[in-house]
Amino acid sequence: MPASFMPSAQEMMRFLPETLLTLAGVFLMVLEAIMAPENKGRLKAFALFALAAALAAAVIAYNDPGPAFNRLLIIDGFATFFRVLVIGVAILAVLGSSQYLAREGANPGEYWALVLFSVVGQSLMVTSNELIMIFIGLEISSIASYVLAGYLRDDARNSESALKYFLLGSFATGFLLYGVAWIYGLTGTTDLSQIRADLANRDISNSMMMIGAACALMFVGFAFKVSAAPFQVWAPDVYQGAPSPVAAFLSSGPKAAAFAMFLRVFVTAFEPVADRWEPIVWASALVTMIVGNFAALRQTNVKRLMAYSSIAHAGYVMVAVATHSKLGIEAAMFYLAAYALTNLGAFAVITCLVGKGERFVEIKDLAGLGARQPLSAAMLTIFLLSLIGVPLTGGFFGKFYIFKAALDARLIWLTVLGLLNSAVAAYYYLRILVVMYMEEPGDTVENTQEMGGALKFVLVGSAVATLVIGTFPSLLLDVASRYAVLGR
Amino acid sequence: MIDTALFYVFALMTLGGGILCITRRNAVHAAIWLIASLMGVAGLFLLQRAEFLFAVQIVLYIGGIMVLFLFVIMLINLDTAAAERQYSGQWKLALGAVVLAGGEIAWVMARGLPGLGAAAAVQDGGEGGSDGNVERLADLLFSEYLLPFEIVSILLLAAIVGSVFLARRRTS
Amino acid sequence: MPPLPIPEHPPVAWYLILSAILFGLGVAGFLFRRNIITVFMSIELMLNAVNLSFIAFSYQLKQVSGHIFTFFVMVVAAAEAAVGLAIILTIYKNKSTLEVDEINSLNN
Repeated sequence: MPASFMPSAQEMMRFLPETLLTLAGVFLMVLEAIMAPENKGRLKAFALFALAAALAAAVIAYNDPGPAFNRLLIIDGFATFFRVLVIGVAILAVLGSSQYLAREGANPGEYWALVLFSVVGQSLMVTSNELIMIFIGLEISSIASYVLAGYLRDDARNSESALKYFLLGSFATGFLLYGVAWIYGLTGTTDLSQIRADLANRDISNSMMMIGAACALMFVGFAFKVSAAPFQVWAPDVYQGAPSPVAAFLSSGPKAAAFAMFLRVFVTAFEPVADRWEPIVWASALVTMIVGNFAALRQTNVKRLMAYSSIAHAGYVMVAVATHSKLGIEAAMFYLAAYALTNLGAFAVITCLVGKGERFVEIKDLAGLGARQPLSAAMLTIFLLSLIGVPLTGGFFGKFYIFKAALDARLIWLTVLGLLNSAVAAYYYLRILVVMYMEEPGDTVENTQEMGGALKFVLVGSAVATLVIGTFPSLLLDVASRYAVLGR
Repeated sequence: MIDTALFYVFALMTLGGGILCITRRNAVHAAIWLIASLMGVAGLFLLQRAEFLFAVQIVLYIGGIMVLFLFVIMLINLDTAAAERQYSGQWKLALGAVVLAGGEIAWVMARGLPGLGAAAAVQDGGEGGSDGNVERLADLLFSEYLLPFEIVSILLLAAIVGSVFLARRRTS
Repeated sequence: MPPLPIPEHPPVAWYLILSAILFGLGVAGFLFRRNIITVFMSIELMLNAVNLSFIAFSYQLKQVSGHIFTFFVMVVAAAEAAVGLAIILTIYKNKSTLEVDEINSLNN
């Protein structure tokens, strides 16, 4: 037994973002209990301040990269990139939620605390170098997310969303854990680097079947979390039923974190058996793109359409996972960042437009938006073009780098079919544009709620960012390629 | 010898309880059969010298989680539910999927088991690892696995905040 | 019926096969039960199957780290149970039903 198990100051520095967020979450709830009701607006400012501090801590922690806490965590470039991404997403999500919560008359105190806890979980997911830590991080993030999805307790749609998210999430956790148990049994460890060493150095032809089965079980668990086919069925119901800002958050932050852990586990620990899992990921990527895009064609509900669109985009990232190359990892990082921005922006428009009680969620309710709210309409146009992948937007370079990586990895058919899919996708995004600018407004004119300053900031900020990385993609790509370093 | 006999007893409890849990109409009966199954698992823990987890299984799982289940079942009157149709419309599909998955696992195990345990590296504390006694567990938990031990408190906190928030009486 | 095999100690494979069957039962219950509470109980069966595997592997490998993982799985199961049952209560308040098939208001 080690003489001292107190973590060193160096390790605490590497763990600072999570520490800050946890303390802030606890402090927030204390403040919530003792503050006068009229001062509760300050809670949001406090949550934002904590997130900003954690963001700074995440950047500072990378000055001294390396493992922490007996190699349970590893602070490498990859972890830092995703830490910054999930914290950034949370900042935009907090800014985009306050107006909605006020409109629905919901108490925001617990909301901010749960967002902070969820970010702690996501941050652990992306920094963990050990299967049990990954599992615990995933569960922290998930449990906070289940409650957020059902945050408006009296709304039946919210409860249904929370229930489906919870049941299918726990089901997926069961598979993931069963896979972890087998990996542990076969290799005697749950440390990703040691699993990799064990699989690479030992003669595993005898137990290949069982290793394959363990990988498959873990794949099922991860595929559920990133909403990849054939385990995507929960996503449309959950995103449609959850409050709009929560749907925005869930489809950006937790999804990016889930992809990060997926990539880390499969590209570091299971790299020696890559030729075994590559076909599974290949097939799943293809089916995910097809299911997402073709189902989106038939949707009339905007939130449900965005949910299927999010499935389709998960499919493109799965293409990057299938390459299991450094180029593929960079492309996935670029794509997830660009998608998070675009998605948060598009949901900011939806959050404002649905009105109190989310009554206006059909595509036809967007009719005449171009005339009614020129700013929202223009911004939504940018986001939709980016989701299609039109040049000069972030989405274009995201797809470009992914398919380039796929071609380099000789995944020719997947590239061709993926490109055909993006062409299909253009149809349903353009349909929204047509409704917005070409059709006369119906009886929904009464819904012209003024957009608050915070929401406007999210909207304009993400639109500008989408255009900037679309015009100067090297800004983000350089960062991605510099940070695409997986510590081993 | 006695171990093997006990294994059969506990395995019967585990599987019998499990089967009855997923087939009983009445939710209270299902919960009680689940408790039987969990006790069987606890017995199997004991056979493999996991005394601490045996205790945790009884205290936390059966004493905590299952009592919570029973509370909720009592809170929600489920008498009407017991009279209704019990299986969802997709049960044929589900049964097919389960038979397929089960067969696959059995096949994989039958073929793959000889390779098992090739990596018998003893990494935590050398000899006598199979003791599973509380002291060794505590040593490991409070040194190497101190971080997850602390971190699960955040998990529990988030769960408490969330469940209290959701189950709270409406204010307005 | 052939006599039961009676070795001195049950081999680890028996525990693993038992765990696989238990996991299968959990999956089966999850997929074809209609009552949400029973569906949730099926998830508990799956988690117990996982724990059984962890302990069996741990016994085989002569390590105690598997026990620690089982411990964490149990803690997480407790947290999930608390949140899950709270969600089930809100569903019951809002919909007055716990039938999976009837909770389908979300669609196109």
